[in-house]
Amino acid sequence: MPSPKRIGKIEFGLLSPKEIREMSVRKIIWADTYDDDGFPYPQGLMDLNLGVIDPGLRCKTCDQKASDCPGHFGHIELAKPVIHVGYTRLIRKLLRVTCRSCGRVLLSPDEIEKVVGTDEDSTGDQISEKDVKKERVCPYCGEQQLKINFEKPTTFSEVMVEEGKKVEHKLTPADIRARLEKIPDEDLIPLGINPKVARPEWTILTVLPVPPVTMRPSIILENGQRSEDDLTHKLVDIIRINQRFKENQDAGAPQLIIEDLWELLQYHVTTYLDNEVAGCPPARHRSGRPLKTLSQRLKGKDGRFRGSLSGKRVNFSSRTVISPDPNLSVSEVGVPRAVANEMTVPVRVTPYNIEELRQIVRTGPVRPNVGAPCGANYVIRPDNRRLRLGADNLETVADMIEPGYTVERQLRDGDVVLFNRQPSLHRMSIMSHRVKVMEGRTFRLNPAVCPPYNADFDGDEMNMHVPQTEEARAEASMLCSVQENILSPRFGGPIIGGIHDHISGIFMLTHLVRWFNKEETLYLLKPVKIEHMPPAGKTEDGVEYWSNKQVFSQILPAALNMVFKASSCQNCDTCKKELCDRDAYVRIFDGKLESGTIDKKAIGAFDGQIVNRIIRQYGMKRAAEFIDQVTKLSIRGIMIDGFSFGIDDEDLSKTEYGQIDDVLKNAALDVNRRIKIYEDGQLEPMPGRTVEETLEMQIMQVLGKARDQTGQIAGRHLGLGNSAVVMAVSGARGSMLNLTQMAGCIGQQSVRGERIVRGYDDRTLPHFKKGDRGADAHGFIAHSYKGGLNPTEFFFHAIGGREGLVDTAVRTSQSGYLQRRMINALQDLKVAYDGTVRTTGGRIIQFQYGEDSTDPTKSAFGDPVDVKGIVEAVLKEEV
Amino acid sequence: MSTKLNVLTHVMVPDHQLMSEEEVSALLSRYHITTDQLPKIYHDDPAVKAIDAKVDDVIRIIRKSHTAGRAEAYRLVIRRPKK
Repeated sequence: MPSPKRIGKIEFGLLSPKEIREMSVRKIIWADTYDDDGFPYPQGLMDLNLGVIDPGLRCKTCDQKASDCPGHFGHIELAKPVIHVGYTRLIRKLLRVTCRSCGRVLLSPDEIEKVVGTDEDSTGDQISEKDVKKERVCPYCGEQQLKINFEKPTTFSEVMVEEGKKVEHKLTPADIRARLEKIPDEDLIPLGINPKVARPEWTILTVLPVPPVTMRPSIILENGQRSEDDLTHKLVDIIRINQRFKENQDAGAPQLIIEDLWELLQYHVTTYLDNEVAGCPPARHRSGRPLKTLSQRLKGKDGRFRGSLSGKRVNFSSRTVISPDPNLSVSEVGVPRAVANEMTVPVRVTPYNIEELRQIVRTGPVRPNVGAPCGANYVIRPDNRRLRLGADNLETVADMIEPGYTVERQLRDGDVVLFNRQPSLHRMSIMSHRVKVMEGRTFRLNPAVCPPYNADFDGDEMNMHVPQTEEARAEASMLCSVQENILSPRFGGPIIGGIHDHISGIFMLTHLVRWFNKEETLYLLKPVKIEHMPPAGKTEDGVEYWSNKQVFSQILPAALNMVFKASSCQNCDTCKKELCDRDAYVRIFDGKLESGTIDKKAIGAFDGQIVNRIIRQYGMKRAAEFIDQVTKLSIRGIMIDGFSFGIDDEDLSKTEYGQIDDVLKNAALDVNRRIKIYEDGQLEPMPGRTVEETLEMQIMQVLGKARDQTGQIAGRHLGLGNSAVVMAVSGARGSMLNLTQMAGCIGQQSVRGERIVRGYDDRTLPHFKKGDRGADAHGFIAHSYKGGLNPTEFFFHAIGGREGLVDTAVRTSQSGYLQRRMINALQDLKVAYDGTVRTTGGRIIQFQYGEDSTDPTKSAFGDPVDVKGIVEAVLKEEV
Repeated sequence: MSTKLNVLTHVMVPDHQLMSEEEVSALLSRYHITTDQLPKIYHDDPAVKAIDAKVDDVIRIIRKSHTAGRAEAYRLVIRRPKK
């Protein structure tokens, strides 16, 4: 590999007419492309000197075939000069800062020095339009200057005062060119122009380069007709007008016609360069579609820079819908057979694997079912020729291969692949999995790996990439595997863990104490690889029983010791520890669950205390094993009782409905009472608030409290027998607030944190009296989702809901752009061996990475050392 | 009438110290760098003016850190480019 080279400087300049003619291989004079035989016209736009696109022809310039000829520039001699639209700003500046008669900059040497500085002490500044005062006198020749008007896109004019009236006098491109020519080289340097590479008059085109045909190929449609590229169309227009212009000029046409043609030529050259100029109607295709000309090829997301150069496309990738499969390991991915048959891994033939590879080649490209051994699609000979395997040549090719050949083998179980879901916001968005070939048409993945990908199964699609070299596979499996990415560098905790039903299941399994007979115990522990049953927890009537905590303990490492509070913990003032009513005090002693319920805090993604501790004490491999086992155990746990949720789970009894009504009625009365106090002028404003604000706050408070009370009433009725409560308490999904809104009362709808006030004059809807400050009139919803909303409530609910949607839409776009900027700024920084953060140039950004040299992945939720956890693990009790 | 504000006494301004030549050469050899690889600070920064540091001096900034408690950083004083 060549050694990297340092770029000394980059020079930006303009092409001079001389250079354009020198690099041109042909002067183009005809607007036609192909003759009736489909052969390019000489000196036409498709001239054979400009390169060839048709197979079989040879380039007249370089004598190469269509695939090898890079193309060559031609040129068009313009009848009269025209302005290059890309430089109108520069032309305007130059016209305004230079003298109209002698071409010098309109500043004395002292004034220039003030702006630019001296050679020793330069300010790095250049002369701008603002430095020259309007309509001054040239300090060199004394000429009175005139105001230069610029009208988009390409019109320049001078304002003259004739008989006390202002008259605009148009400058033709030729006039402008003449003036720019007069500017002396040494005056250009303080203007920021290097006259060696860019004389200002070169911004006015006298000769137009014609790009090679290779960058504007014509395509042949199905009906045999040729369809030319947009650029060719535009060039045809330019040549036609140029031709007509010349003819008129030679014939001595009147000035008016010449001017019209000149303007037309200017229009065509302008749109050829940029078809989206302000103040210029875009040139259109016959169908009405605006033409995609030079500037449009470069600009924007799908332009040459962002779309073609920074955009990367790959082979050996595939994409399909994802769906869940809890029986897979987290480190596996289910790959459809159709995908596995198409995607290949190259294997070099060696004396050691030649027999195996012969067998694979004999199997060929068709794998009839997932159990069948993999075949191969291609064989690459030592001379790099590819042989496609088909039913007819399997045996011949199998006998032919010998060391030095490469067989492109199909995917099979255990292959390492990279799996990705967009948007790839963090490194866990691409992880390597092991292939498991399956029937069906979707990628299958364990739901426990959804959090890092932020995936769900409502139609999400994901991409899979097959690493092609041994090195890539090693990197993928050692750096990117799911197992290595359980810990998130974002907060130093596990990002992979149980979700949804895993948590409900393990909660129901481990909550309080339950006993299982041998059959049930074995059913639960079937997916767990244990060698011995633990001794039974109790024996009744000669039947052995095992407790639910014993069952769970089977998947814990033997020497695990930890104490923590489950997510169902209510944070009581005095903790009752093991005697907790809710069984929320989790204590694991020597790998045995002594008390407490396993839930989100213990095994959930983002929290996963047990997962975290296993990683620290036993490593990633054991943690991945634990996640696999806990997810399988919890799924079996949930299937003992079954788990469902329906509309009647939100039903309350008559007493509760009565209580809720009372609460809401009292709240409405309280609100009215406070409004009365306000209207009587008796309300004391709170410090720093107006009376109105105080009233609003009081009302919000009263209504908020009322909603919470209805929630408590509902919660009293719905115990752990209710699925929604189980989900809320265990942390699987939803909260008690969701439950309150379903069963009790939805509560106040708000816009920007305030009650809804918009709408008509002094009222939100015509259903209310003007000036009504009551709860109903400003978006308080007294009903529940179960009970149903009345029309005004429904409308307020839609208002509140809309705000949420708008917020998310705005947030995602803003955070996306922020992230793009951050990545651009930080992408090449690295931590050096001495702990400093440096740029590629060795410049120091941070003297100690993170100031404490701590890898956040390996930190304990942000702290460098988990002192409490370590002490507890050693002492085996809470500290 | 007006007393001059000393920015260094403000709670949110970290401690800025001018480093001696020996300290600077020790710093440079510790990180195997030249002065232009150090982070920069403009000569007209209020804190730089307050400790009377000149262009090409190196200053030490001692901050309270969320992660490390106390963190030291070093900056090379450079001239602010005009405009």
